[in-house]
Amino acid sequence: MAATALKCRECKREYGLEARYVCELCFGPLEVAYAAPDASDVAELRRKIQGGPQNIWRYSEWLPLEGGRPGSTRASTAGLPAGCTPLIKADRLAERLGLGEVWVKNDAANPTHSFKDRVVSVATARAQELGFTTLACASTGNLANAVAAQAAALGMPSYVFIPANLEEQKILATGVYGTNVVAINGNYDDVNRLCVELSGEREGWAFVNVNMRPYYAEGSKTIAYEIAEQLGWETPDRVVGPIASGSQFTKLDKAFAEWLELGLITGDHPTFNGAQAVGCNPVAHAWEQGRDVCQPVKPDTIAKSLAIGNPADGPYALDVARRTGGSIEQVTDDEIRAGIRLLAETTGVFTETAGGVTTAVLAKLAEQGAIDHEERVVLVITGDGLKTLDAVRDSFTVHTIEPTFDAFEAEFSAMSEAI
Amino acid sequence: MAVKVKLPTQLRAAAGGDGEVSVEGSTVGDALDALYAVHPDLKERIADEDGTLRRFVNVYLDGDDIRFGEGLATPVKDGAQLQILPAVAGG
Repeated sequence: MAATALKCRECKREYGLEARYVCELCFGPLEVAYAAPDASDVAELRRKIQGGPQNIWRYSEWLPLEGGRPGSTRASTAGLPAGCTPLIKADRLAERLGLGEVWVKNDAANPTHSFKDRVVSVATARAQELGFTTLACASTGNLANAVAAQAAALGMPSYVFIPANLEEQKILATGVYGTNVVAINGNYDDVNRLCVELSGEREGWAFVNVNMRPYYAEGSKTIAYEIAEQLGWETPDRVVGPIASGSQFTKLDKAFAEWLELGLITGDHPTFNGAQAVGCNPVAHAWEQGRDVCQPVKPDTIAKSLAIGNPADGPYALDVARRTGGSIEQVTDDEIRAGIRLLAETTGVFTETAGGVTTAVLAKLAEQGAIDHEERVVLVITGDGLKTLDAVRDSFTVHTIEPTFDAFEAEFSAMSEAI
Repeated sequence: MAVKVKLPTQLRAAAGGDGEVSVEGSTVGDALDALYAVHPDLKERIADEDGTLRRFVNVYLDGDDIRFGEGLATPVKDGAQLQILPAVAGG
């Protein structure tokens, strides 16, 4: 399926496959359009995917590169390949929540420990095709990690722009790659505003989530393709995923729709539940109010990777939730911390605050009785707990004892008596 | 009040190539109307027929999204800067 054009989601005007992200006429977002692929032999199409590389480029038919895959080898090992992350059957989590079937898509298992490696791989490969030599981004942290690492792997200079108050782990895990870390005195929306302005002035720079955004966003589809492939070419009944800008949420929906239309997968289109923090809830608030546009907010939450107060794809995320019979929920910082613990204690997956938001929303939906026992639910975990350690600090007891048998016995026999 | 309006690259062709336009106005809406008077082609790009801003246009007054103020009715001070930017970026 070859990319054919960039198309405005609002007025449908088409543009060439350039470094362009908004419609000249109406300022609507541009999205990659593809020629319908030959789906006469679905089994052959599946075999082709299965015979592809163990990374996102196995889905290159649905990604917007002119050259198909980056690199000259069949393995597509150019840069820092992302994807093919585990889908874990989370029986203990399901049991705890009184649900029938829950799966965890663990996208922390990417090279820089978040789903952002997927979108950056696609944006960078396309940027190179278009002749860009410098990478840049506006980031809440995970994207900074991914851009800095990808640039290092490919030997490209890079600039990452972040809010100055970001978690220390995310700053350290970015600077180590030798990038230019630019910390802005302001929140993510201030960072984004500056990057939009800069992208207009720095012609040789590929801002992965600004002038490369149509290509970048397509990378998120690969999460859904993997889920469907890992479930044996079937759709899940429900997807619970985080919402920051709303881009990933809408692309997961698009990916399932593309494959269902082709007949590549079976099942119904999944119900989509979006997850936000109360401290940054522009999309959840609009949902609650029954509106189809978002009023911006000033973020104040521990879920910094979701702290986008002015979400670009907010209206489309609302549309996905509405169209699929889902919802957009919000949870407090305490619920987020509890969500991190719940996932860790029942699955062995330690997620960052964004995953705490998503897990807490799943727990909330389960408690409300919104999920049938027969449903197959996929929880999308997008980042690693090691990036937001403050969220779990002092949340458990460390038993410090002298290195003697008696000290151990004294500590733990006292404990077992207490139990 | 004298207001400086900064235009994004996507709008400069409709403003004769200018990236900055100086106008007069006491509110954001007034200043934008004055901008449309100088460069009529800008109006349909930024606003709907009734003058409300298009869904994917963000306007910042001295760095703050005007939706945190009173929208188009937000008063502007002398020497203020209005910045118009596409909304669809980031994330």
